[in-house]
Amino acid sequence: MKTVSSLLDAHWYERYKNISRLNIRSSIYDVTDRCNLRCKGCFFFSSGEHKVASEEKDVGKWHAFVDKEMARGVNLAILIGGEPTLCLDRIEAFYQRLPTFCATNGLIKVPRERFPDMMVGISLWGDAEDEKTLRGVDSFKISSANYAGDPHAYYLYTITPRQLGKTEVIIKRIADVGLKVHMQLLSNDEGVDGFSWQPDELVAVRAEMDAMLDAYPRTVISSRYYHQIITTGTMLGRRFGWMECPSVTDAIDKREPRPKRLTNFIRWASDLKTMHRCCTSETRDCSTCKDGAAHMSWVMVNKRAHMSSPQELRNWIEVYEMFAKLYQFIPW
Amino acid sequence: MTRDINQTIIRIAEIIINTLKLEDVTPQAFDADLDLVDEVGVDSMDLATIALVLRDEYGIRIDEDYYPKLTTVRIIAEYISNKLTSGE
Repeated sequence: MKTVSSLLDAHWYERYKNISRLNIRSSIYDVTDRCNLRCKGCFFFSSGEHKVASEEKDVGKWHAFVDKEMARGVNLAILIGGEPTLCLDRIEAFYQRLPTFCATNGLIKVPRERFPDMMVGISLWGDAEDEKTLRGVDSFKISSANYAGDPHAYYLYTITPRQLGKTEVIIKRIADVGLKVHMQLLSNDEGVDGFSWQPDELVAVRAEMDAMLDAYPRTVISSRYYHQIITTGTMLGRRFGWMECPSVTDAIDKREPRPKRLTNFIRWASDLKTMHRCCTSETRDCSTCKDGAAHMSWVMVNKRAHMSSPQELRNWIEVYEMFAKLYQFIPW
Repeated sequence: MTRDINQTIIRIAEIIINTLKLEDVTPQAFDADLDLVDEVGVDSMDLATIALVLRDEYGIRIDEDYYPKLTTVRIIAEYISNKLTSGE
């Protein structure tokens, strides 16, 4: 029988032990149905999810809800859209109780006197031209001014096919304002012309992501294996898709056979009652989904499948470390 | 009692081998003191699955908060033996 220590040298075994008992149990929460941007390709609005439920406005109910979430074992709250920073009181209900991550477009600065160490992920969809095309505004100019040098913030850079050959300019701009960056790929749910990935572009973007990681190791929080997984949609010879996705809401997951999945995961709508199917919209084609967190989780829940060789287990460790850094379970 | 615990150890090792589809090891050869997380690579979902099988086998419910303490086959066997003895 292959054991972990038989596959790893002392350095990697130590890294493994640093993460092996983290036991991260995340769930995702729509904080509001509103946003101060309306981006082309945003799954929340393109799928109509913003109309599914009417947001709960009683902050007291948010506090009670978070208590119930903790009681069922959640130890990481991932707050997403609309735009969570429009509702700081609701964010606070989570932050006071749980390790909390807040996704934002960065136009509103999270007040650090109120949320001193909450991890903030700032969305960025490309250079100024692409940002204006997809989001109507060059958000980087504002968000970088709001968060420059913040040790608890990083950019979630959604790479689009239009960004090929241009990612270094953006990575460098992020490095220059003293922030980290994690890269992911646009799924283009709305089919915006020119923004759907072609096979040769996915090969090219993988090489470019690898190059950025090599060139900016202190800025880019990523791993080559993650790049491979997200650009090929393949892991250990298996294709990503509905029957593999780990980020399906537990209570409505009727898949048989049940794949390895996140324990007790739920994505809640902002009425605190409705559950969405998964971490992204159910209108999305799972076979072409590029959701970064889903692909990271796909690797993470399949640890023992990566125990066939030392390299595979090291790949798993790097992806888990990446996730743990992005959500502050281990330091940068 | 010693014989009983040894039998329980072998049965739990068998359950773990079958549940996790471990290769190249028999229940008799499974090191009862091997750390399931640090060495076998068991994760929380594996533990939850194993706990369900143990519940069906022994008729005892293992509290989810207790999973992190069940680090070896021997510890699991002793936990089950104690539960059965105390009739909980």
